[in-house]
Amino acid sequence: MSAASLLQARALRHPSFVAGLVLVLLLIAMAALSLVWTPWPAGEMDIPHKLALPSAAHWFGTDSLGRDVASLIMAGARNSILVGVIAVAIGLIVGSAVGLTAAAAKGWVEELAMRLSDFTFAFPAILSAIMLTALFGPGIVNSIIAIGIFNIPVFARVTRASANAVWTREYILAARVAGKNRLQITLEHVLPNILAVIIVQATIQFATAILAEAALSYLGLGTQPPQPSWGRMLNEAQLLMFQAPRLAIYPGVAIALSVLGLNLLGDGLRDLLDPRLARRR
Amino acid sequence: MGVFLVRRLATLVATLLGASVVIFLVLEILPGNAALTLLGADASPDAVAALTRKLGLDQPALTRYLEWIGGLLSGNLGVSYAYSTPVSDLIRGGLAISLPLAVMSMLLTVAIALSLGVFAAARHNTLADTGLMGVSQIGIAIPNFWFAILLILLFAVQLHWFAAGGFPGWADGPLPALRALVLPALALAVVQAAILARVTRSSIIEVMREDFVRTARAKGLTKRQALWRHVLRNAMIPVITIMGLQFANLIAGTVVIENVFYLPGLGRLIFQAINNRDTIVVRDCVMLLAALVVAVNFVVDLVYVVIDPRLKASEL
Repeated sequence: MSAASLLQARALRHPSFVAGLVLVLLLIAMAALSLVWTPWPAGEMDIPHKLALPSAAHWFGTDSLGRDVASLIMAGARNSILVGVIAVAIGLIVGSAVGLTAAAAKGWVEELAMRLSDFTFAFPAILSAIMLTALFGPGIVNSIIAIGIFNIPVFARVTRASANAVWTREYILAARVAGKNRLQITLEHVLPNILAVIIVQATIQFATAILAEAALSYLGLGTQPPQPSWGRMLNEAQLLMFQAPRLAIYPGVAIALSVLGLNLLGDGLRDLLDPRLARRR
Repeated sequence: MGVFLVRRLATLVATLLGASVVIFLVLEILPGNAALTLLGADASPDAVAALTRKLGLDQPALTRYLEWIGGLLSGNLGVSYAYSTPVSDLIRGGLAISLPLAVMSMLLTVAIALSLGVFAAARHNTLADTGLMGVSQIGIAIPNFWFAILLILLFAVQLHWFAAGGFPGWADGPLPALRALVLPALALAVVQAAILARVTRSSIIEVMREDFVRTARAKGLTKRQALWRHVLRNAMIPVITIMGLQFANLIAGTVVIENVFYLPGLGRLIFQAINNRDTIVVRDCVMLLAALVVAVNFVVDLVYVVIDPRLKASEL
């Protein structure tokens, strides 16, 4: 059997990988479907039928403006995917490069890179997002940028910490004796050995990105109306906590299931991709 | 260690200085004149000019920056535009809520995470381990503000055990105040603990496979003895890294959670100050939070060196 089909066979027997894959595919399918079809036009108001209970016509009922909750949930999936993908990509690409460079170069380069990362890091995501959105106005683009910037030092620190541990290993010494330069060692020995750590971190950060966007929208700083967003739906639901507590359930479940799916998928990928774990199984 | 400490302290000061410049510049380009915001759009140009002078906004940027830093160092933080109250009073009031909240949730986080992480790792690949990790996966996936709303729905709306929000102050003794912080702290801690428990568990499992653990077992130590004597200390490095990262998340989290529970803490103060264009309050609060995070990172670096002597050698 070839290596690829072996991997495929192992993947299909990995329960959390399969569960995660199913949830993530559902999320993507829901987002894609919402582009062409939703049970009702997403965000269309129907005041006479406001706060309707779940029924055949309105699967999850309607909100305080008579909007179909199921349609809003479907359309909200698009937002979460968009924010997660871009924000994590910004953090992973820049952050890992910084971390690997710092660990390889040592000396003042490492010091500078890590102090710069401390420096960005001194501004928590929500805080920098609040400041950014105060500067340039609330909106989805500014929240993506803010979350992405916050991801950079996270990846830089984790990459550097694990890379430093790898650099103390004997096989690195052997590679240096064999005449390999720092770039070769980084790419051939350090990166493969810390890839699992980066993947695990990327899944946590993807989760964090979706959660951060939801939090920003909840505060009114992220996605703006009429664009549907799970975070803002929760904000509106909190005001109706006594009349219609069920409105506070659906968007939260949607966020939690998406994040859960991505995390399970990442965990599965780690098990499947890490050659050391793979050999042990 | 001495050289390392001095160098690390120097970079800490440099980081703080850099942060102060960035904060100052960011607020400098913030649109909207504070004087105009305070007086309203209908104010006469003369009144706006007069107030601008009174607030010192007509001075060159460098002068105002130096005055700000001088004020910070001498403990004189200035007076809020919007509240006409000394900023130090506002910050003290906010910290009286945010600090206990952050400490409570961090303690809860560490207590939950370490016990669950060690418990699961010691029972690696058993039903208890799998079940706990399943629960923690769900915990990670839950947004803290949604969990907060669910807590309010259950404990305030249904059971009436706690108030749905607000803060009674510390005047009536610590009990009512701490009671108001229980749900917010819990909302912040549960999600963070789920992440930290997983990190703890996987780090311990990783270290369990090291040669020195096999040696310890070969010497006749039981799995449990090896865990407590050799594995835990070595497994703590990633755990402490993540704890450091989580502190920043915790601070960000308080901004959101304080809004969910209507707690007049530091987070809410910043949020309102930005809306009011109260730049004096914003820059002092953000500077304070930045300093807190930088200080925690500094401590984390020191702890690394204490835990892992190999890192000390490479750092020096």
